[in-house]
Amino acid sequence: MTATAPAAAPAPRRRSLGERLRAVALLPAIAIGLALVIGGIVIILSSPLIRGFDPALPLVAYRALAEGAFGSVNALVNTLVNATPLVLAGLAVGIGFKAGLFNIGAQGQFLLGAVGATVAAIALNDASPWVAIPVSLLAGMAGGLAWGFIPGFLKAFTGAHEVVTTIMLNFVAIHLVSGIISGPLRGASVTFARTDDFAAAGLPILIGRNGHLGLLFALVAVPLAWWVIYRSTIGFEIRTVGANPDAARYAGMHPRWITILTMSACGLLAGLAGAGEILGEVGYMPASYGTTVGFDAIAVALLGRAHPVGILFAGLLFGAMQAGAGLMQVQAGVPAQMVGLLQAVILFFLAAELVVRQVLRVRTGDGELMSELQTVSQSYGDQATR
Amino acid sequence: MDAIYGIPILGLVVQLIVYLVEAFPVLAPTIVAAATPIALGALCGFMNERSGVVNIGIEGMMLTAAFVAWWTASIAAQLVPDLRLAVFGITLPLLIGLVAAVVAAMLVSAVHAWLSISVRADQIISGTIINIFAVAITGYLNLLISQQSPPSAGSFQALRLPSAVEDIPVIGWLIDAFISVGPIGLTMLISVIVLQVLLFRSRWGLRTRAVGEHPKAAETVGIDVIRLRYRNVVLGGAFAGLAGAYLTIEFGSAFQGEMTAGRGFIALAALIFGRWTPVGALGAALLFTTSIGLERSIRFAPPEGQLGELLTAVPLQFYSALPYLITIIVLAGVVGRSLAPAAVGRPYERESKAA
Amino acid sequence: MSETGTGTSAQKQGQRAPVLEMRGITKRYPGVIANDGIDLDVRAGEIHALLGENGAGKSTLMNILYGLAVPDSGEILLDGKPVDISGPHDAISRGISMVHQHFMLVPVLSIAENILLGEEPMANPILMDRAASHRRIRELGQRFGWEVDPEQRVGSLSVGWQQRVEILKALYRNARVLVLDEPTAVLTPQETKEIFEVLRTLRAEGYAVIFISHKLYEVLEVADRITVIRRGKVVGSRIPAETDEEDLAELMVGREVQLTVDRGESHPGEPMLVAEGLRVRDDRGHEAVHDVGFAVRAGEVFGVAGVAGNGQDELVEALVGLRRPAAGTIRLAGRDVTGHSPRDLHQAGVGFVPGDRHRFGLVLAFPITDNLVLNDYYLPPYATGLRRNDEAIRAYAEQAIAEYDIRTPSATIPASNLSGGNQQKCIVAREFEGDLKLLVLDQPTRGLDVGSIEFIHRQAVARRDTGVAILLVSAELDEVLELSDRIGVMYRGRLVAVLDGPSADREQVGLLMATGGRDGGTQPQTMADEA
Repeated sequence: MTATAPAAAPAPRRRSLGERLRAVALLPAIAIGLALVIGGIVIILSSPLIRGFDPALPLVAYRALAEGAFGSVNALVNTLVNATPLVLAGLAVGIGFKAGLFNIGAQGQFLLGAVGATVAAIALNDASPWVAIPVSLLAGMAGGLAWGFIPGFLKAFTGAHEVVTTIMLNFVAIHLVSGIISGPLRGASVTFARTDDFAAAGLPILIGRNGHLGLLFALVAVPLAWWVIYRSTIGFEIRTVGANPDAARYAGMHPRWITILTMSACGLLAGLAGAGEILGEVGYMPASYGTTVGFDAIAVALLGRAHPVGILFAGLLFGAMQAGAGLMQVQAGVPAQMVGLLQAVILFFLAAELVVRQVLRVRTGDGELMSELQTVSQSYGDQATR
Repeated sequence: MDAIYGIPILGLVVQLIVYLVEAFPVLAPTIVAAATPIALGALCGFMNERSGVVNIGIEGMMLTAAFVAWWTASIAAQLVPDLRLAVFGITLPLLIGLVAAVVAAMLVSAVHAWLSISVRADQIISGTIINIFAVAITGYLNLLISQQSPPSAGSFQALRLPSAVEDIPVIGWLIDAFISVGPIGLTMLISVIVLQVLLFRSRWGLRTRAVGEHPKAAETVGIDVIRLRYRNVVLGGAFAGLAGAYLTIEFGSAFQGEMTAGRGFIALAALIFGRWTPVGALGAALLFTTSIGLERSIRFAPPEGQLGELLTAVPLQFYSALPYLITIIVLAGVVGRSLAPAAVGRPYERESKAA
Repeated sequence: MSETGTGTSAQKQGQRAPVLEMRGITKRYPGVIANDGIDLDVRAGEIHALLGENGAGKSTLMNILYGLAVPDSGEILLDGKPVDISGPHDAISRGISMVHQHFMLVPVLSIAENILLGEEPMANPILMDRAASHRRIRELGQRFGWEVDPEQRVGSLSVGWQQRVEILKALYRNARVLVLDEPTAVLTPQETKEIFEVLRTLRAEGYAVIFISHKLYEVLEVADRITVIRRGKVVGSRIPAETDEEDLAELMVGREVQLTVDRGESHPGEPMLVAEGLRVRDDRGHEAVHDVGFAVRAGEVFGVAGVAGNGQDELVEALVGLRRPAAGTIRLAGRDVTGHSPRDLHQAGVGFVPGDRHRFGLVLAFPITDNLVLNDYYLPPYATGLRRNDEAIRAYAEQAIAEYDIRTPSATIPASNLSGGNQQKCIVAREFEGDLKLLVLDQPTRGLDVGSIEFIHRQAVARRDTGVAILLVSAELDEVLELSDRIGVMYRGRLVAVLDGPSADREQVGLLMATGGRDGGTQPQTMADEA
């Protein structure tokens, strides 16, 4: 291939904003559209189990979904409130991707953030909010950081692949939370295993019915993450380790420490998400906190192509779906799990983008979905980075 | 450590060992029963990874199969005559459920195969999608169906051996533990042995190993890498199907949302710990589930005295978390990952781009 | 070696119809025409050489023959009948066997398992028959006087032995056409001689042999006919008696080629790099470098010759900070830098062109700009504190691209879009700059076209003349002989000899590479000899 002209890449002229937007957003948009169609088919097929066969049920369901997400100021705020932990946890997964790491442990890190914040909140329940809130938030971040540090450290120094260790830690986190809340932190006069309500550390409501302080965290985290990843030297190191750990070593970087740093940072973000949720939205901590934020975050990160701005939009989308799911279940009888189904189908079409592109003759920009992901799969069989 | 403290601790350790040794024969059936779905999941992973395909979607496949087994058996019980076989408590509805579960898991596996092999998408993403999808669809359908309280089709029964077997000295309890599982459990044992032999002595085994290590080399001697991978991955799905079915129509007889509880991932760890061999994976699975037996034993029949106080003082959640902690320790410490099939995780491109 | 000696080849000379014909083969890849209307034919009992530089299209043609690629147009005929080769399986069943340039061996499997793969003898429908297969393999080896242990793991074999296994693999099937793609690339001169004997034996037995190479003297020595390919087209066909190296080189490259770079005399100064008592372990913990010591002076090229796998990789990694020596010292301009990090060494004036350029040299997914500042990204002007300065990086990149003639439509396209030669130029542009004291070049021209090779060699000599010390490690003996002022030979982790460059004799160096200079140079015939 060298004898004739050097492999000719079509000369890339500077593309207009519209073209760039189209290149990036077209495929996810198609994936979402197809997912809605498939979801609609599932709804129709299962409508006999709901209220009898009804081919128009998807429309009812989607209309309710949209109304629950955008239909009123409270709905909009609710969407933002749902989106916040998704964006933060999505960043927790997406930044990991940039370093070639698959952080499936956002779920456990989220829980550790929640329980860390809870411990501080209960301890400071009689203190002033000016003390209780910052300390609880920091405690939550510390808890999440620890739960990110462990798999990062193990990956760096023993080669244990983070996919399995983080999933294991997710389960350990569940039992850890259960142990702490059912035992030492159990509330005084409660009907099921949970703590007392938070008095001092509860986050103040800023707008709407439940728009709490935590909303700001996501708004700040996105541009900050963007700057760090794409404009700073640290971000360059993270991306280099994700793309080629050997070249990173030769360039004088330290892949091991980058791995640990990145996983810890991811843990911190997910922990912040958990702390925000528990202090701002829930108000107390149950022993078995049923949430799927950690897994939704993976979908958000993939949909957002591991880019902070993409993650912001993906988080808003999923937050909207979650906000509207309740109304959808009430008005259309369609279980809220439909949202999870839509997510999975969106991801499926993203993963199959090669085929989607060919089938629909779509021309998007250059490059594959996320080349860093190759490192994730290929590092599965390798030894620890040296 | 001062000698003064040494002796009591030594005493505790001895007491612990004695306790475990005594408890083991009683616990053995529990341990084997708990290890069965993990070992089957590991066999699924084995078929995948030995061929060079990463599959972290075993969990989703198991969950799907568990749901399908339960649901189709339940429907079948209402529609189909209740034919019964004496052995294993086999009924027609249960058989239908079993077959449906295996087929369902193989279909899901085919999707993973397509994404990983033909589309060459990232294999870990593909597995994750399957997991998310399985949780969503089974949860969705379970919610709708439970509203109508469908009847349960029951479950396969364990094989009751004559008590003479149990009385065989030393290993009687061992044989009993392994044989007295249900039909799926027995299938697991047979599969482990058969696959172990096939891996190193059969043509299929040799070609699979070659494809997993160096697919290009296999291609150049005329082996169809793509077809071999497809076949192995889909067949691997059958084992995940058995594992899921086991949970709802042999081990238990009902379905709960997300009931697989990470077994699919523990299965992967068992595979790695067992050096990607079926027998090794079974051994690892047994090791992991020993901790479950331990939890049960301590909860219902704790040892006497100081040791008992010590063990029961630890919150029960610790024992629940133990299998996962052991998995992490194993992954981190024990096994050299250089033993993984060399080409695992890398999509294979058929046409060579040489110049 | 007589051409007409045996009865069979004399008989074959009578019927000269070709066994294999490729007519008008054309194959396009995006952006490049790999094969353009190529005609090639081979007769039984003939060695037909396919000559061309890296990237000319030889491998594409053979991949088409072997069913690994589908031609856009043209046809293939076997015994005069057109055939459609659907894949390697089909090619093999038609009697076409191939020995690939990069070994197609599975390291964890045994020799027998590798040879039999795809053609396993069965004891019953499920289990394989080991005894029968082992017997057959031993017999096969005997044909060439090799004693083969079928159970040995291929991963533990030397390069020369792996090549033998590859040949046995090709011969195990009933082949009539045998294709060898650059079989001597990693062999010592002695091993190369042995391969030639093997080829002559096969020719005498009536095989049609296609021998692909870019090495002129080899082709002249062993071929009956030579076809030269350039840029995907056949540009000439010759008989060895009627041509010479200059003629072939000109055909191959399309212009007059300076076969050796004008090296000029070196004026070495003080020792710049001094290594003493180095011991380095490999990834598995075995000692790959035993007690190696040498010096490279400023203004000289010190070439390290040796068969791949004798410790050169580990030595190079130790010298550039990628691997910590277990013992010994490394001094740069008098300062002890043993075990220092790559960044330290780079700051101290060490440049490194890695042998595995996709692994250590470039981040393929990143744009050229980022690749060019890979070592200095954190320093001003490319960054102030934590903030990167994209404009400064871009400006530098444009300058480097112009200066090193890197052919690219833009500075921001990913490095993966560049050709191999231009990728290497990026690495050279990055590493050959700055206040250099030592340049470590590891296989710097592997796989490159002649133009790029000339460029890099010229740049290296230019740096030498400004006083830089150059350590050149290469498995291409010719490159070492051409450029080095002094030559060291690595064998089994030891530096077994250091010779004067200009007066070094090819045979002599080759012998040292193959045997370490222990005895009179007998090739190891059994695996036990290797121990």
